[in-house]
Amino acid sequence: MIPTIPQSRLIRATYGAYVALFFLYLALPLAVVAIFAFNDSQFPSLPWEGFTWDWFFGDERPKIGVFHERPILRAIGTSAFVGLCVSLLSVAVGTSNAFLFNRYDFRGKGVFYVLMLLPLVIPGIVLGISILVFSSTVANAAWNVMEWDIMALRPGLLLVILGQFSFITTISTLVIATRLQKFDRSLEEAALNLGAGRLTAVRTVTIPFLMPALIGAFVVAFLMSFENFNTTLMLVGSDAPLTIAMFDRLKEGSTPLLNAVSLLLMVGSSLLALVMIAFQRK
Amino acid sequence: MTAPDLECTHLTKRFGDTTAVQDVSFEVPPGSFFSILGPSGCGKTTIMRMIAGFLAPTSGDIRIKGRSVLDVAPNKRPVNMVFQHLALFPMMNIAENIGYGLRRKGLPKAEITRKVGEVLERIGLPDIGARKVDELSGGQKQRVAIARCMVLEPDVLLLDEPLGALDLKLREHMKIELKALQAAFDTTFVYITHDQSEALVMSDNIAVMNAGQFEQVGSARDLYYRPETAFVAGFVGDSNRWRGQVMGVSGDTLQLRSENGLELRGSCHGRRLARNDTAEIFVRPEAIRLGHSAQDVSHFDNRLSGEVTSLLFNGAASRILMRPESGGEEIEVTLPQSGEFAHLDRGAQVHIGWSSDQGSCFAAGTA
Amino acid sequence: MQAAHRLGFVLLLTPLVLWLALLIIIPHIDMFFVSLRERVGVGEYETSLANYRTFLEEPLYLMTFARTAVMSVLATALTLLIGFPVAYYIAKIARGRVRSALFLLCLVPFWVSELVRTFGWMILLRETGVFSSLLQWAGLAQGPVEMLYNDAAIMVGLVYTSMLFMVVPLVTTLDSLDDAVIEAGYDLGGSGPSILREIVIPHAMPGIVSGSIVVFMLSLGNYLTPIMLGGKDSLWFTELIYSQFIVRFNWELGAVFGFMLLILSSVIVWGTLRLTGQTLEKTMG
Repeated sequence: MIPTIPQSRLIRATYGAYVALFFLYLALPLAVVAIFAFNDSQFPSLPWEGFTWDWFFGDERPKIGVFHERPILRAIGTSAFVGLCVSLLSVAVGTSNAFLFNRYDFRGKGVFYVLMLLPLVIPGIVLGISILVFSSTVANAAWNVMEWDIMALRPGLLLVILGQFSFITTISTLVIATRLQKFDRSLEEAALNLGAGRLTAVRTVTIPFLMPALIGAFVVAFLMSFENFNTTLMLVGSDAPLTIAMFDRLKEGSTPLLNAVSLLLMVGSSLLALVMIAFQRK
Repeated sequence: MTAPDLECTHLTKRFGDTTAVQDVSFEVPPGSFFSILGPSGCGKTTIMRMIAGFLAPTSGDIRIKGRSVLDVAPNKRPVNMVFQHLALFPMMNIAENIGYGLRRKGLPKAEITRKVGEVLERIGLPDIGARKVDELSGGQKQRVAIARCMVLEPDVLLLDEPLGALDLKLREHMKIELKALQAAFDTTFVYITHDQSEALVMSDNIAVMNAGQFEQVGSARDLYYRPETAFVAGFVGDSNRWRGQVMGVSGDTLQLRSENGLELRGSCHGRRLARNDTAEIFVRPEAIRLGHSAQDVSHFDNRLSGEVTSLLFNGAASRILMRPESGGEEIEVTLPQSGEFAHLDRGAQVHIGWSSDQGSCFAAGTA
Repeated sequence: MQAAHRLGFVLLLTPLVLWLALLIIIPHIDMFFVSLRERVGVGEYETSLANYRTFLEEPLYLMTFARTAVMSVLATALTLLIGFPVAYYIAKIARGRVRSALFLLCLVPFWVSELVRTFGWMILLRETGVFSSLLQWAGLAQGPVEMLYNDAAIMVGLVYTSMLFMVVPLVTTLDSLDDAVIEAGYDLGGSGPSILREIVIPHAMPGIVSGSIVVFMLSLGNYLTPIMLGGKDSLWFTELIYSQFIVRFNWELGAVFGFMLLILSSVIVWGTLRLTGQTLEKTMG
């Protein structure tokens, strides 16, 4: 049960083996994706045809590498743009929410808190269609009443950003609120006592304290946005973010090019996660 | 002569290179209250966890009622433990907590209910069975934790600094109560603590532990008045302490010159100390008599005079600090209860004295 | 001072209200109205329950709905069963660096997109995949073995994708269980199974509930895993939503489906919270 309680060797060994097996299960799919990115073959499957960098740097058919594949590069750019917008928005609103719930008591606070959590328990695809339906209702109304055709309200990047923002904000609010709760209010009072104004006190004392959480929320929001599929699928227009672009390719059949993109994604997000951990440690 | 309830022989525990417990032997007679007193990190918790079965000794034996329990799993040992933070099960109510061990024994429901009721009665909390753990006060939790063990009628009850988390006032109260509970249940208690007053008040026997070994085992009175080692003298109770060189020996009485130049007389109580040895001398503040004039203390063989530098008022335990004219550090002296010196002021000239019998001398370098 | 306080309050409340109203509440109400709309002619609509009737009268829709629900519950139970021992190991048995390393490893799959994870399973399970090749190489199979496109493959993928969301809350709650409490259980005569039943699981309940809710939600709303790993007959409810909205352009029926999915998930989440005496604030916040 716990190390201080004597237990038979057999049970310990079995338990250890189970845990090892579990981590093998976790690692296996990612490992094969990574390995086959270097297979010198048209398909990401055995047999192993030898090692190659072509799926990253190749520039002639049939082996065009990631760095020469324009649609994929453009999709990465789109994803990064969407990710940045969503992260900025959701961290901003998340911070505001965290302060609101931490600093103010108001009627309906409990209701608002539950509403704030709601996006976590709404399936992503339902969030997507509800926003799709509503935006087109607004767009249609604008057309009927004023003959305006608001393109931004048709499926496209703006809707993708809003759709992802709608549930990622809950996550960033929770991350920031957790840290804000640990903040000792007397530090702010000390700043006021030492002659700072209310906003200055928040800016010079509270925000630096929140920094790890702000960075953490930003990175998590960026990763979630980059990876999001369900909500994005319903709202996407002509500019497809990376996951959608890859999905379309995968439906047509897979080549190690997809493995190469996936590997880059893994490396990228691991690096981001490490950055975040490094900041958290400080 | 009945077998001791608990007997440890040559108990040793090593963690890698560090020896936490080294060759410790002791026995606890039935129905007594035994304490292990020592600073944190001295190995007392390790001993307790070995007795409970959560650590296996590197060597040595543990016998309970004459039977070795080394091969007995913790859940089968006839000892129970009151944990430092009590470890009451927060997911159960009080009755379920107390009935837990009885359920494990497979007792019928009706009997469990009866026994739980009985033990709650005994600890003076008859109506709290349905309450939740966090609805109880600190002292109540304490009693429930003990009841949870006692209902199983263990041969030995282990208590791991259970009063540490309580506030001072409650702690004072619980000391008396624990002692009473022990008498009521008539069970052997083994109690570990770093708080000497807990050990002194409650125990029949106390082992003072330091750096993995027992320094001295004895009654509270022995430890206080006849410490056998410098560590015990320094750890149990307050003392004025000097270090110096032995100038002369006559029988049990020693003459010392302290490093700061005081001439002192003390007693070695049978310990071997020779001329020119370096020794430490311990004198308790209450062993020192205070006088207005040199005449008042003339019958003592240690006499000093000097100026009061501080008044440490603390009710009945009030003391003064005085600096001897002949040099050296300030000496702590307890004010007599009679109120005779109640109006002493800082800067006042006083005379002090004590008999050489009250100065315990030890060879220096051990502590 | 009082005025500044009010101003601050209004400034902080505004983004919250805008976000919740414009992106969550009003869109769902609007979706509800659309689901009540019956198309009677080109650009002509009537309010009726016709779309809900269609949903209830078409066996394929109902079957898919029920199948998705049952399989999601199954996936949740499997994730809990597989994840609990691992979470316990991380929280209570592993120490120091091993412990943080294992915990970090559990998070790794979350850092890569679900698409990549699913892709990995396709490479492993398909006819020309790694497992099939290995089986043939070892002489355990004569020809290629297809392990993809069936319900078991969907399960493997769903459990894999959701594992993190089960393990993390479990580790957090188990971590808060004081070792001394487990030791006390032993000391008073308890054995492994009885301590698990009476002490560990009751203590871990909030983690079990919040993990299960999230995993259930994710499984129910999953689109990628069933479509990539599942076969022709293993339809998932989200696929119906997608096809009504994007392929058939029948938003009215699609909105009904969306609403049914929302109701199903709300009922199950609410029921679980009720049964276990937890609240949404406690389990999620």
